[in-house]
Amino acid sequence: MNPDDLLYAETHEWARIEDTPDGKLATVGITAFAVELLTDLVNIDLPAEGTAVEAGQPFGEVESVKSVSDLNSPVDGEVVEVNHAIAGHLETVSNDPFGDGWFVKIKLTDAGALEKLMDREAYEAQIREDQ
Amino acid sequence: MDQQQESLFRTPLYEWHVARGGRMVDFAGWSMPVQYTSIIDEHVKTRNAGGIADISHMGRLRFEGPGAAVFLAELLTRRVSDMREGQIRYSLVTNEQGGIMDDVLVGYYRNANGQPFYVVVVNASNRRKVVDWVQSRLPPERAERPGQEVIFTDVTRLWAMFAIQGPRALELLQPLVDVELPWMRYYRGAQVAILHPAAQRQGGIISRTGYTGEDGFELSVGATIAADVWEVLVELGRPRGMVPTGLGARDTLRLEAGMPLYGHELGEHVEPFQAGLGFACHLTGYDFPGRDALRAIQERPPHQARVGLEMAGRRVARQGAPILAGTDQIGEVTSGTFSPTLNKPIAMAYLRREYAEAGTVVSVDVRGRIEPARLVPLPFYRRNNQGA
Repeated sequence: MNPDDLLYAETHEWARIEDTPDGKLATVGITAFAVELLTDLVNIDLPAEGTAVEAGQPFGEVESVKSVSDLNSPVDGEVVEVNHAIAGHLETVSNDPFGDGWFVKIKLTDAGALEKLMDREAYEAQIREDQ
Repeated sequence: MDQQQESLFRTPLYEWHVARGGRMVDFAGWSMPVQYTSIIDEHVKTRNAGGIADISHMGRLRFEGPGAAVFLAELLTRRVSDMREGQIRYSLVTNEQGGIMDDVLVGYYRNANGQPFYVVVVNASNRRKVVDWVQSRLPPERAERPGQEVIFTDVTRLWAMFAIQGPRALELLQPLVDVELPWMRYYRGAQVAILHPAAQRQGGIISRTGYTGEDGFELSVGATIAADVWEVLVELGRPRGMVPTGLGARDTLRLEAGMPLYGHELGEHVEPFQAGLGFACHLTGYDFPGRDALRAIQERPPHQARVGLEMAGRRVARQGAPILAGTDQIGEVTSGTFSPTLNKPIAMAYLRREYAEAGTVVSVDVRGRIEPARLVPLPFYRRNNQGA
């Protein structure tokens, strides 16, 4: 169920990396496993366009009835687009976390952090260990 | 993780919870389901039809013997000695300084043999502490005083307890017990026969009490028949739209109902009047620990009041969030969650009394960012038909 073409962070964010004329662009969201853990998603707090983000550092928060968790950026870069459509429609995230439920697009300033991310197999192995 | 789970207490329904996908967490040393499907789903179904919750982790302390009434009167803040059979009262256990050691329900019942007894229901998180406190006040020379004997038993592990809450709770339970539930008033209870083969002719205790803001009941049955009786409740509840509910919904339901929770609104550093629990303190009768301290506290108006907050935004202010007026801290959030009924974040807090007026707008520091909130009267939710 986790797509093959994504990179995954230990903290359950995913990144889809594309090459554009301006350099590398990462679309970022949270995994279906994270959505399942949260269950009752009640708020997602995202940064404004133009915000600089750092790999492994929080750039927003995702909140369920029971708890709030940081969203950690999987990459170094600058937020160039925010998915405002999910704000009033958190079910989009629950129903399609790897598609329409994406959070932000980040223009990479440094591709070095990509090496710390996992492929699908490694991520699924981590989930199995956590459980 | 597994190692830790091993050492937790399990209710008689532990296997059922696990088999039905309950997400098990450590709650006060018990392995309990926080949810089966989703907190919001279980919450909404409780309000609309009914929820069935395993609350066997709640401590149940039984007192009997000719000295039980006086012993409890000298332990609890609420008068006990004038209680009639079938009556239940909300009370506190306070320390010598008047701080709240626990909030409890005390019920007075009579068993099938005509013997009267009291059951004190305590918080799971405080059971050890309250049991120690009781035992320290009940040395053999007190427990065995001729004509004033007190028999104290911690029956928590012997009895399961279920909360059946919501508008359809009564119709679910009525066929299963030999008392007329419509005539049972709020905060009343009875020893009953359970009219189902699953109970194997054992009785139980049913009371019109709860922690959700709905009409509802709490049912205690012996641990050996608990799983079978539970199964009957769940099966009969399903066609009525009633569902098993976990501790997550129990918390959101009680918060909407404005009910305090020990460890959040209540603690040993909290005195009853600031918590709005003056009604549970009877200061002119028996001498219980903290009575004189509470008399002195009652003389001066409390600095703080327990209040309700509705957040303007979507971020939830949780326990510990400071409340500010300008740069001054004027209070602190004690419980916060997302209210499924109001579809917005709500919180309870202690606030300096001069600010504690409905409609006042305050600032809450929610994890480093200021969020506006408005004071609203408690409870956040009141059911339409306050029948019972």
